Amino acid sequence: MKRSVFATPYLIWMAIFILVPLGIIVYYAMTAAAPDGGVVFTLDNLIKAFDPLYMGILGRSVWLAFIATCVCLLIGYPVALILTSRNFKKGSLLIILFVLPMWMNFLLRTYALINILDNGGVVAQFLGLFGIQNPKLLYNTFAIILGLVYNYLPFMILPIYSAMVKIDHGLIEAAEDLGANSWNVFRRVRFPLSLPGVVSGITMVFMPAVTTFAVSRLLGGSNFMMYGDVIENQFFFMRDWHFGATLSLVMMVLMLVSSFIFRKYQDDDSGGMLW
Amino acid sequence: MVKVKSLFQKGYLGLVLLFLYAPIATLIIFSFNAGKTMGKWSGFSLKWYEQLFQDPSLMSALSTTLTIAVLSALIATVIGTLAAIGIHSMRKRTRSLVETATYIPMLNPDIVTGISLMLLFLFLRVSLGYTTLLLAHITFNIPYVIFSVLPKLRQMPQNLYEAALDLGCKPTRAMWKIIVPQIMPGIVTGAIFALTLSIDDFVVSYFTTQGVSNLSIAIYAMARRGISPKINALSAIIFVSIVTLLLIVNIRANRVQNGKEKKA
Repeated sequence: MKRSVFATPYLIWMAIFILVPLGIIVYYAMTAAAPDGGVVFTLDNLIKAFDPLYMGILGRSVWLAFIATCVCLLIGYPVALILTSRNFKKGSLLIILFVLPMWMNFLLRTYALINILDNGGVVAQFLGLFGIQNPKLLYNTFAIILGLVYNYLPFMILPIYSAMVKIDHGLIEAAEDLGANSWNVFRRVRFPLSLPGVVSGITMVFMPAVTTFAVSRLLGGSNFMMYGDVIENQFFFMRDWHFGATLSLVMMVLMLVSSFIFRKYQDDDSGGMLW
Repeated sequence: MVKVKSLFQKGYLGLVLLFLYAPIATLIIFSFNAGKTMGKWSGFSLKWYEQLFQDPSLMSALSTTLTIAVLSALIATVIGTLAAIGIHSMRKRTRSLVETATYIPMLNPDIVTGISLMLLFLFLRVSLGYTTLLLAHITFNIPYVIFSVLPKLRQMPQNLYEAALDLGCKPTRAMWKIIVPQIMPGIVTGAIFALTLSIDDFVVSYFTTQGVSNLSIAIYAMARRGISPKINALSAIIFVSIVTLLLIVNIRANRVQNGKEKKA
């Protein structure tokens, strides 16, 4: 008996629940409801998806996710650097504290954020001590970015930390023995070797941040839609499944293409030698 | 100079931890608040916990979350482990094809996975509910199990299995006695992974069920209507259980590590 037959249940499962559904998305995206109750083949929805209105929202989502990713990187990189530095003994214990929030439901995390940012919440009271009255902390772009950073920061810290922990200490010592000062050790050894972790971190923050929905709805109010919210709207409010499928298709293609590009940089061993 | 630097480093870590934990801590503290308004302390009380346990919709959401998590993790672990063993013995080209296909649901945005499954169920005229929710969770769990088990199969010495066959062991028995024990750590990791993914999921669940809510969906519905101290109580319970669970897992891992070192 060949052992590869053990994969059969999975292959059948994958065909039914992964491949067929993707086919159905393509089918819905390429068709529209006909007046007689049937469906007709059309490319109208695809053309409509590239309308400036929807492209603008997509651009906005990418832009917000980009800012959130940059902020996560700026906050997270030093955290990983400090936790793995030699004079820091408890790094391997402390990293657990930094990734623990990752295990909590993201809606609860977002809800916690709403709680402290709300009118009369803890942050507003704190700012009140400095004479800032009634700050507008919720239902704006700032709140969405803050929510994304708060939710995804651990996903940035963990891969960078893992990449830095793996760095061979012999290399750092060799650089020091050869007379490199601490800045040069960082620039020539630690930073290049941490890059695969940085790329993983960027993927793990940017991808889900672009496609997020609900976070923007809860923190940004109804005026600040992201691409995910628009897709959800098509299904539950506009009831236009065909156009909703088209928008999903656009997002899926975008994400799959970019993650394959990212993955190339992560796997490529020479990726760390870029600088 | 070194001291100043170390102080600065500790201060920075402290600030980031404050950012990460202040919202959660506030949430937990105010779950014991007697009043309903956040930010105004009006005395200690356990009444929100009482109300939480008397809320039938939240309690049924809790049981949905837990049963779906256990069932989907169990089924995904069985299918995924068998799949990994099968994939491992495939020829190189088929193997890389199947592995790439397995990556798709992991890379695909959750919202697309959710919508594609919803369209499938509606296309087949299956009404959305508990079963569709379970099927969806099994689907997104399987790849994580496969990729937890595959590395263990690669590390395993190949000739052990063949030795068992040479000594007259039947293939199925050899699999139970030789392969499964060796890849057990991978299977356990995969199962825990599946369990947590299922508990944490909101987006896929949101699209693949109707009427039957899990906790995420219930929290989303409540959070959209505004703040309710009942959710604070719920968050506090979830947070404490997660911390306890992680502590147990870590202590176990440490003990296994120490035991190995002693033997060596």
